[in-house]
Amino acid sequence: MLWQNIPILLIVLPLGLSSLIALLRPRAAKLAVLGVISLCTAAALYLLIRVNALGEAFTVKMGEVGAPFGNELYVSHTEALLCLAFDAIMLLSLLAGMRRADEEIPEDRKSLFFTVCSLLLAALNAITLTNDIFSGYVFLEIATIAAAALIFVRRGEGALFASMRYMLMNLLGSGLFLLGLSMMYSLTGELLFPQMLRRSKAILADGRYMGALSACLILLSLGLAVKSALYPFHTWLPNAYSLSTPAASSLLSSLVSKAYIFLFIKIMLRGAGLEAFSESGAANVILVYAVLAIVIGSVDAIQQHNIRRMVSYSSVAQIGYIFMAAALGTKEGCAAAVFQILAHSFAKAMLFPAVDRLVEVSGGEENFRDLRGSGYRAPLAGAAFAIGAFSITGIPLLGGFSAKVFISEAAWAAGGLRMYLALAALAVSTVLNVIYFLRTMITVYRRGERFELKPAGNRPFSFTLGVGFFALVNLYLGMGAGNVMDIILRGINIWN
Amino acid sequence: MKNPINSLKRFIEQGSDPLGEEMLSELELNRPDADGEALAAPRRSLFSEKPRRPRLIHALYAASSVALCLALIGILLYTVSGLPSFGGADTLADSEVSAFYIENGLKDTGAGNIIAPIILSYRGFDTLGESHVLFIAAVAVMLLLRPAPSDKSALLRAYEYGDDKEEPHDDLILMAGGRVIVPLILMFGVYIILNGNISPGGGFSGGAVIGAGLIMYLSIYGYGPASRFMTLRVYRAVSACALGLYSLFKTYHFVTGFNGIESVFSAGIPGTIFSGGMLLYLNIFVGTVVALTMYALFTLFRKGDF
Repeated sequence: MLWQNIPILLIVLPLGLSSLIALLRPRAAKLAVLGVISLCTAAALYLLIRVNALGEAFTVKMGEVGAPFGNELYVSHTEALLCLAFDAIMLLSLLAGMRRADEEIPEDRKSLFFTVCSLLLAALNAITLTNDIFSGYVFLEIATIAAAALIFVRRGEGALFASMRYMLMNLLGSGLFLLGLSMMYSLTGELLFPQMLRRSKAILADGRYMGALSACLILLSLGLAVKSALYPFHTWLPNAYSLSTPAASSLLSSLVSKAYIFLFIKIMLRGAGLEAFSESGAANVILVYAVLAIVIGSVDAIQQHNIRRMVSYSSVAQIGYIFMAAALGTKEGCAAAVFQILAHSFAKAMLFPAVDRLVEVSGGEENFRDLRGSGYRAPLAGAAFAIGAFSITGIPLLGGFSAKVFISEAAWAAGGLRMYLALAALAVSTVLNVIYFLRTMITVYRRGERFELKPAGNRPFSFTLGVGFFALVNLYLGMGAGNVMDIILRGINIWN
Repeated sequence: MKNPINSLKRFIEQGSDPLGEEMLSELELNRPDADGEALAAPRRSLFSEKPRRPRLIHALYAASSVALCLALIGILLYTVSGLPSFGGADTLADSEVSAFYIENGLKDTGAGNIIAPIILSYRGFDTLGESHVLFIAAVAVMLLLRPAPSDKSALLRAYEYGDDKEEPHDDLILMAGGRVIVPLILMFGVYIILNGNISPGGGFSGGAVIGAGLIMYLSIYGYGPASRFMTLRVYRAVSACALGLYSLFKTYHFVTGFNGIESVFSAGIPGTIFSGGMLLYLNIFVGTVVALTMYALFTLFRKGDF
């Protein structure tokens, strides 16, 4: 059927046009990229509707020959939903941060910036849709380099050092992942997920190569954990997020690291199988780091005075939630992790432009004490900040709350020590989240003396559009959480 | 203004920290714009948020990191020794993948070189991504190193401190040798690319050879002659065309393959250049991208520009 070609389009269109976008003038390049992303978003939405109607997953052969000989894509409800979310977030983040990016990125670099965005989009869609672990690695490399370029596209030594640090840590992660991948290949002889799953189940039953399989899975998990800034490996994150241009911060925190985590979930569920993941100890390793991330990330965020760094540090804790849910080792846990990916992505991608706007109307001061009354001067940004902060804290009717409910339910169902750890971490970190986000909220809406409390005006239309849509999606993720979770579960339950 | 190279030299002579106080204070002084509070903090803040640790803790830190690395090496070696032996009887016994490639590679695609259909056809999606890894690497380096067109002093600095000064110019022996060797290398690269579907080689290896030839030409004759045919515009246009066509051909392949449509590219007579369907064209595109990327990375790292 014709619509089943959409997954190919989602990858090849931004990939093929990226090199041509590099030739265009900045203005034309901007329009071309926004056009490509809008088209991909619409196509992903249509794909989701059709997959939902079809009710089952399908594979797309990339060539005449499919599994296990050639590359394949695999599309179920979950993949289609995540593609839609990633494409939509990219569009809205670029819109919301567009004017700032126009100011901060030198004219001669703009076309290349949009080229990088287009390549990043292709890589994200490919990582989400691939049925093949090695294709996952290739596009993970594109995403890594694209992210580094997004950090240093803004001139200045701070961004340069941040991207250098990012690059070093991420190359370490890529190295670990590649090691795990090649050992997995020599162990199973397969690269496509369904075949790999069959082999690793056989290894699990046989027991002879269990030690090697454990090492493979731990390496793969650690590689992706380093790349998506799980707690002890998060040192690159705060500078990278807080020193790049806001649109880039949104893309980095909401898309790049989330795509890595989704690849992790796919490998564990579809490539190795949940039994192997739990038996091998990889789940325990990740669970311990995730719990540490949740607590220490929140404590770090409390200590920050710079609002952008505070928002960045809160990502450490939130990424901890996702990994913790996935490390529960159940399908429900993985579904909750995917929901948390959505909830956090939409909230964080809205927070960065909103915070930037708040800072802008406060005379460029990033210390949160100087932001007094900025919520009155920038009403939309203030409201967006409130929605994002409430969502991440876990106030009902917003996405973050539903995510926490789903994670607790999954933890409850998993039982045992993992349940106690997960529930305790959730409880502690919710309190910590409230401390730093409410503190900032109160400051933002407190009357200060430095500025008048009138709306500052000169708000760009693209910002209104981007942030407005983000806010709507966040509300929907809270109130329509059941529908979204239903789609995710339908996909994950038919994953083979 | 102090030259960063001088502090590197001092590092070699006296063992002082090259990125220590000297460089940092320079960076602080030369910083064009303040990057927010995070950087206005103490000087060390560029590398770590915490103040410098006391000596003992520093030593412990170093020792534990070395121990951690050694432990990791040990675990990895142990694991590798536990993997199934390569080519052993019990390993991958029923792996039909390689058998399939050997049996059907020639029949399906008409390519005598068995590697070519694997990387360009069966796993062509990976290779498409791989070529774009090269492209984005070049784009990233260009973003990082190319000075703004308004920044005239950057080019001047590149000439003043660059290694261009240290190298021989108009060396008669090099130029005479280059006149013989460079065309041969380029021709050999073209040969490898065009024969990629019938003999060992292909776009990646042939492109690397051509790229090496171009770099050699640049090193022997200098930027003047090289910039007659390799400018930024040429680089951008040619690599964009090659990548765009590559994506277009592969899209055609994906779509026809997935939907079971007959492809217009026929297998041809195995062993001739025009065999193997679209593999020849794909090899040419990949070769162009690889050669240009190698040249671009070299010249960007040397001069910061074309």
